[in-house]
Amino acid sequence: MSRLNIVKRLKKVKKFTILVHVIAFAVSLVWIIPFFGVFMASIRPLPEILDGWWNFEVFNPTLRGYIEAWNHPSAPLSRALLNSLLVTIPSTFTPIFIAALGAYSFARFKFPTRDILFLVIVLLQTIPQQMVIIPIFNTMIRIGLWNNYIGLILVHTAFALPWQILFLRNFFSVLPVEVEEAARIDGASYLKIFYKIVLPLTLPALASLTALQFVWVWNDFFFATVLILPTPESRLATQAIPAMLGRLQPDWTVVSAASIIVMLIPIAIYVALQRYYVRGIVAGAVKG
Amino acid sequence: MRRQIFPFLFLIPSLFLLVIFVLFPVVNTVYISFLNQEGKFVGFDNYAKVFSDKSFWNPKNLIEGKPPPYGALIHNGIWIMIHLPLSVFFGLLLAVLLRDVKGGAIIKSAVFLGVVIPMIVGGVLLRFIYEDDAGIVNAFLRVIGLGHLARTWTAFPDTILLSLILGSVWIWTGFSMIVYSAGLEGIPTELFESAKIDGASRWRTFWRITVPMLKPATIVVVTMTLLWELKIFDIVWVIQQGGPLEGSMVMAVIMYLQAFVYRPTNFHVASAIATLLTVMTFGFAAYLVNRMVKS
Repeated sequence: MSRLNIVKRLKKVKKFTILVHVIAFAVSLVWIIPFFGVFMASIRPLPEILDGWWNFEVFNPTLRGYIEAWNHPSAPLSRALLNSLLVTIPSTFTPIFIAALGAYSFARFKFPTRDILFLVIVLLQTIPQQMVIIPIFNTMIRIGLWNNYIGLILVHTAFALPWQILFLRNFFSVLPVEVEEAARIDGASYLKIFYKIVLPLTLPALASLTALQFVWVWNDFFFATVLILPTPESRLATQAIPAMLGRLQPDWTVVSAASIIVMLIPIAIYVALQRYYVRGIVAGAVKG
Repeated sequence: MRRQIFPFLFLIPSLFLLVIFVLFPVVNTVYISFLNQEGKFVGFDNYAKVFSDKSFWNPKNLIEGKPPPYGALIHNGIWIMIHLPLSVFFGLLLAVLLRDVKGGAIIKSAVFLGVVIPMIVGGVLLRFIYEDDAGIVNAFLRVIGLGHLARTWTAFPDTILLSLILGSVWIWTGFSMIVYSAGLEGIPTELFESAKIDGASRWRTFWRITVPMLKPATIVVVTMTLLWELKIFDIVWVIQQGGPLEGSMVMAVIMYLQAFVYRPTNFHVASAIATLLTVMTFGFAAYLVNRMVKS
């Protein structure tokens, strides 16, 4: 290859690389701007926002939005965040233990109806929330768990089981069985084997389930809005935001501050457990 | 014998919860969709009611070439026709481009935030960027000389639907990007290397190697995105509850309005809508789940 050719080739590569970087930069700008905008809105007085948060001739940062969102008269975030945690934490850990037991059974034992039962359970994960909400609403009223966090936690738990059972069954299936068999010969019970040997090996999968389920429950609005009465005391975080927004001219300083606070929690979970979160999203997926 | 009973013991808690909170409600929803308010069996009357309701099915404006409202069913259809190709395309583009960019991982995380944040907050962000004076979209239009178009895009029945659809591309593209990124990592690098040695152009390599090898990822992205579009609720609800003048009405919203907001509430019509929605999602969903189980 002549010298000239090599130079030509290099130039071509460079041009392409520059183009790729310019596109990447532009795209990331588009994706970041709404977040940046809502952050600027959360620390500026309303008149400055209505003027455009990108104008900085006048700039009087304020914490008013955060303080008012925290103590909002009809939807105080101080209370809503606590309520959301009260729902989200049990709704995250309960289904994982229940699903793990079920998944282990599917992965390790042969029993009649196993395959059809598994298929039915897995198909249930595709059911839209709208398809179950009316009977659930009626049931909750009948058993006195409507407008009660326990009711909401039960629903979140049940709804998490199908995909968690599928996810964990696939994970258990590739774990080596020899260790378990050895423990069995030593006289350990199935339950003991499950909790002492299998679960510790499953930690990465459990991290994926925790990350996904926590974010899913925290972000849920539909189940919450049907099952929990929107009062200042009982509203969850996602219910508080529409209450602050109202229908007419919203106080963008307060709404933006509230949005920042409410989305920070799932973002924190995502950042802390990013690897597991992403693995969970693509696991059932790309393997297919 | 012991081996036969034991596995069921492990399954009892799961089965118990699933039967009460998923399986029974599904069957019950189908059942009550065939009853009227007095509890009498009325066949498909509720379904007929759904389709005679203009907020669900209203093709008149569409046929006459006028702007929305077209009714929830058509709105969901338009959502799919615009949002599906755009979010699949952008997700693939970003996954391929950002692989070779310094700091690409950070950009990917930022794009993926749209999927991580609550959809309610996503709706607030969309409403904010579309505001008249406070919104960045209008500021951009003024910069490129289209300032006369500026308005609060979510406040009019003829513009809200398209605004929300495009905004939802912003929210959802992170999903297809992340699935495609994982798919790209699964392609053996030797394939690209041998293509390079053979002198194949980037363009040819992309179409002949990358795209075919990403087929499993594409199947996942397309089905999951379809389900997401059919069930879309939060962002529509938080911005205009399906309005103004039903310009942003979608199936999940009309179902919720019928069941819990309109007076008198009508669980039976709402159940019919929910059943229709589920039937539409089920084909795609069953296909995807079948593939996942096989793995």
